[in-house]
Amino acid sequence: MKSVSSVLLRSAAGSGGVQTASVSRRESWLRRVPLLPAFIFVLLLTQIPFVLTIYYSFFSWNLLNEGSFRFAGLENYARLLTDERLRTAVLNTVVLTVAVIAISVILGLAVASLLNSEVFGKGLMRTLMIAPFLIMPTAGALVWKDTLLNPLFGLLPYLLTPFGLGRVDLVNQFPMATVVTVEVWRWTPFMMLIILAGLQSQNPEILEAARVDGANAFQSFRRITLPLVRPFIELGALLGSLFVVQTYDSIYMLTYGGPGQDTTNIPFLLYEVAFQGYNIGQASAIGVVAVIMTIIVATFALRTLFSIFQVEARR
Amino acid sequence: MSTARTGLRSRLLWSVVGWLVVFVFFFPVLWMWLESLKTEPQAASSPPTILFAPTLMEFQDVLSGDFPPFFINSAIASLVSTFLVLVLGLPAAYALAIRPVKKTQDVLFFFISTRFLPFAASLVPLYLLARDLHLLDNILALILIYTTINLPLGVWLLRSFLLEIPPDLFEAARVDGAQFRHEILRIVVPLIAPGIAATSLICLIFSWNEFFYAVNFTSSVAATAPIFLVGFISGRGLFYAKLAAAATLASLPVLLAGWIAQKQLIRGLTMGAVK
Repeated sequence: MKSVSSVLLRSAAGSGGVQTASVSRRESWLRRVPLLPAFIFVLLLTQIPFVLTIYYSFFSWNLLNEGSFRFAGLENYARLLTDERLRTAVLNTVVLTVAVIAISVILGLAVASLLNSEVFGKGLMRTLMIAPFLIMPTAGALVWKDTLLNPLFGLLPYLLTPFGLGRVDLVNQFPMATVVTVEVWRWTPFMMLIILAGLQSQNPEILEAARVDGANAFQSFRRITLPLVRPFIELGALLGSLFVVQTYDSIYMLTYGGPGQDTTNIPFLLYEVAFQGYNIGQASAIGVVAVIMTIIVATFALRTLFSIFQVEARR
Repeated sequence: MSTARTGLRSRLLWSVVGWLVVFVFFFPVLWMWLESLKTEPQAASSPPTILFAPTLMEFQDVLSGDFPPFFINSAIASLVSTFLVLVLGLPAAYALAIRPVKKTQDVLFFFISTRFLPFAASLVPLYLLARDLHLLDNILALILIYTTINLPLGVWLLRSFLLEIPPDLFEAARVDGAQFRHEILRIVVPLIAPGIAATSLICLIFSWNEFFYAVNFTSSVAATAPIFLVGFISGRGLFYAKLAAAATLASLPVLLAGWIAQKQLIRGLTMGAVK
């Protein structure tokens, strides 16, 4: 039986497995020992660098000019506030994430519904369907750009020729739409997998009862199936958006952030400032801003996530 | 939908619709395979070549050329980091599931928050550190970074599998005087073999396909498979078959692993939440 487990709920309640009433001091230390290596490792490689990022963000420092290291106060942040590029990047990140998640959830729901009905060759369909998610993103983007969308040799411009659209440089004409398309192609299978698990957890007898009571297919989908898979949709959308916000590989391969700033999102802007401009102070300030924005979104997202699991557990 | 009365006709209709949708999604992968089996003139022809005698020439070309070192670097970075995630993650998951420490929830929250911290948070200091320790273009830097990326996921996932083991089993072992190391190796590991498989699969997918750190922290010696593909960006029509062959080879390990372990995939992707 596939179902959303109460794992997160149990952790939210602060207990899991066995817990003895009184744990001696020595014992409670012994219990912590197995945790320490992983804890210290993550602490060293994520938290301490983050503190350093905050520190660097108050300095003006360009790696191409080693002697340029000097305290700059809030200069980097002041520059960001007036920087057109950051505003564009934030906007592009929002557009890309919202578009990709919305479209891939809708398509994922549709494909999952198809795979949950009595179609022929379900197993093979599912297997082929998850391929776009498993293909290396760099490879997928390259195949799209060069063999499918290239104006001279690509398949799509050739197929579109009879419609008067042929030989259009789709990637350059519609850069954001191209990135969204390739990312939707990649994330729809992810959504489909999670939503399908939700659909398969539903009891077919309830649907049958609704049918006997005279509900048509649309009604029973809206009133019975949709509420049931909603937590799965939310879970997929949340996890998916945490990944899509960080999109870098397909932008690098398809458009390189361009033309102009048209597809530059926050990760790509960071790359440009840090590794094209070697501007350490400015890149650190972008890092701090990105973290603050992520914390705002993630706090909201994680709260929703925990409540999803609690609703499930109460059933 | 799935009643006995659903006619064969509607079943056929939906099957056709379903297969059309699947075809659209799978087509880029199929096209990549087809292109990889063509000669360069066939791959860059217009109109596109549909009927052709398949050749493995481009695969031979890629494999006998400079691709293998990239592939081997990818394998080392993914396998070693996955191993480290298991070695570090299993005891931690144990401490959070079987004998929970105080504030278990806070610790779990800490781990997962680091997974979703944008790489912007630590990129600059990590880069400077790698530079000062002469770890730029060194596979060790990628191994450490991939372990960091995957460890939080591994801890959550392994914990979700450990929570399913009846606690009595451990009590019994402890009464028998089993040491901690024995408890882990002799009882825990065999019981959560599927969990270890799921964790390894997810770590493998994320580290094998990782691009941001790979492209910015390596240049030639330690460059991984996706970096090899970057060389094709400026390709102007003459390298499509080779590009497709390289893309096929670079994607193969994860594609095969994901197809074989489809069951573990969902659970892994949702950090153990969906079974």
